Amino acid sequence: MAAGSGVAAEACVGQVVLPGDVLLLPAHPDEDGEQLRLGASVAPRGRLLCGPGLRRCAAGLLVTKCGLLRHRQPSGGAAAAGGAYWVDSQQKRYVPVKGDHVIGIVTAKAGDVFKLDVGGSEQASLSYLAFEGATKRNRPNVQVGDLIYGQFLVANKDMEPEMVCIDSKGRSSGMGIIGQDGFLFKVSLGLLRKLLAPKCEVIQELSQLYPFELVLGMNGRIWVKAKTVQQTLIIVNILEACEYMTADQRKQALAKLSGH
Amino acid sequence: MKATPLSNCERRFLLRALQEGKRLDGRQCYDYRNVRVSFGPDYGCCVVELGKTRVLGQVSCELVPPRPNRPTEGILFFNVELSPMAAPGFEPGRQSELLVELNSLIERCLRNSECIDTESLCVVAGEKVWQIRLDLHVLNHDGNMIDAASIAGIVALCHFRRPDVSVQGEEVTVYTPEERDPVPLSIHHMPICVSFAFFQQGTYLLVDPTEREERVMDGFLVIAMNKHREICTIQSSGGIMLVKEQVLRCSKITAVKVTEITEVIQKALENDQKVRKEGGKFGFAESIPNQKITSFKMGSTAVDTNNVEEQAEEIITKAEPPSEVVAKPILHTPGTAQIGEGIENSWGDLEESEREEAVEEESESEVTAFECQKRESEDTSTMKETKEDEPIVLSDSEEEEVVILEPQELPKKTRTQTNSKQENTSKKACNRKRRKKRAAH
Repeated sequence: MAAGSGVAAEACVGQVVLPGDVLLLPAHPDEDGEQLRLGASVAPRGRLLCGPGLRRCAAGLLVTKCGLLRHRQPSGGAAAAGGAYWVDSQQKRYVPVKGDHVIGIVTAKAGDVFKLDVGGSEQASLSYLAFEGATKRNRPNVQVGDLIYGQFLVANKDMEPEMVCIDSKGRSSGMGIIGQDGFLFKVSLGLLRKLLAPKCEVIQELSQLYPFELVLGMNGRIWVKAKTVQQTLIIVNILEACEYMTADQRKQALAKLSGH
Repeated sequence: MKATPLSNCERRFLLRALQEGKRLDGRQCYDYRNVRVSFGPDYGCCVVELGKTRVLGQVSCELVPPRPNRPTEGILFFNVELSPMAAPGFEPGRQSELLVELNSLIERCLRNSECIDTESLCVVAGEKVWQIRLDLHVLNHDGNMIDAASIAGIVALCHFRRPDVSVQGEEVTVYTPEERDPVPLSIHHMPICVSFAFFQQGTYLLVDPTEREERVMDGFLVIAMNKHREICTIQSSGGIMLVKEQVLRCSKITAVKVTEITEVIQKALENDQKVRKEGGKFGFAESIPNQKITSFKMGSTAVDTNNVEEQAEEIITKAEPPSEVVAKPILHTPGTAQIGEGIENSWGDLEESEREEAVEEESESEVTAFECQKRESEDTSTMKETKEDEPIVLSDSEEEEVVILEPQELPKKTRTQTNSKQENTSKKACNRKRRKKRAAH
């Protein structure tokens, strides 16, 4: 299936890879296990994380999405083997993944369960008890058309995805029903991951402009609320435009706005 | 797939913004989005982009027997299709209400307005007439598909050329495009639909609604008009009561918009005509900018502020990173220049003496072209167009076969060097090779 022999994975980091490419992993250090190794020179067998867009195959890693190959060293230090490889790709269609925090729109109330649209192929289900402080008598006030920020408990290709609005300890930790005002819009998944990175420049620069509330869902949906409609629209337009602007252009646009 | 539902907060926000007179993309209530018309390589094929809404129009023709009750008129057939790639709610093979409405509007707008002269489509009365078929495919739905579809329809019809026909007594000759230039259709006027969306029981009016605005609107009014201010069709749906003044106001707005859009269409048609006549490059490949990972580009991101709207817009519309490649014009002969590259020129007629050579060259060039393409597809990130530092002047002679290569290699190839050139071309590495075969007249 793979066209030709593979390329070493380290060589391709930061380059465009296409589906079907085979990436060879570095050979394991203790091939010749005859020799005894003593002390600190033991090569650690670290765990290699195969991220989105990659799949394990006989020879190494098989690329399943087109994009840029990225690598992150494990936290044990430069000498530790393993780490994580993944492919940064441009995508708008969301596929539910366990543990992802997403924004869902309530489409139906079926007895004890809400049905939410999360942008995937199936609607997710959310039990009314999966909110903080919810009991059989004390039900959450959820209407059709409301926005809910929750995380996936179950998300695989064989079952209907299930969401919850509490974490494993029973606390809501920011999840739940999103307020009535504000505006919801959709961006590509790549931009969203950029915004979710710690110390994202875009969000820091925007927060210098006006105070606003922001909820980012991994399914490409963003909810924004600022004090006036005007300010909300400005933030929406800037976030949508960020996809195609370079950092300098963005700084210029924001400088103009903050000047007035 | 089911369509994405509209959440309550979106609906509320849109209505609140409307009450303050603001639209999501920064337009005014009566502003249209940018209309962009691009043509395909064939006559009668065009794509119209109204903001993000895209519609593809294609016209084709066929000789058929006429309708029995109208023996001297040609037949027109219109078909609108909602492609599943346009929106998640569109499924193939399902006749939704929206599709039926679109089809009926386009029929009324183009057929009942008699913009096409059907009498001129008659070849032999009672026996053979032209059947003109217009297919419109909606490629992306971001609101106001009707306007985009009507513009695509009329542009495709204006752009289309049918084969020339001559009747001598009993004999009918249909000429191929090579024998005689194809003939345009006889079009009297250009009807264009303009849509209006009403909110809050008719209090607020928006022209050219986007998909979100269409979802929260109460009523919908479509007026089809041509630039001579003749109304071709009017349709009001949504069940709201419209006052007479509102309808009159809408028709005045329509007249203004139709004039603007007709100008855009005329300019696009003229440009395309000019490019084809001069033998330049035309077609969809030329209208899509390359050197971009996301070629779906945002035209102008209007940032919504009162004072700085113009300044910010200006910065953002010039925001596309400048492409590094500047294609230098290649002077073939004085008066004929080539900018950029194009598809392989397929002049069919070659003389006998060049035919064997041509066959050899062709099979070989196909192989190398295929190799180049393969290498190109593996190497997209580092691919740059070949930079030429100076214009390459090629010889005047029309007898030579000319191979245009990298500046390092020989730019010119003469007959005597045929063998060595064949070896060289097979050794090229990842360069684009252009060939120009001159037909010996």
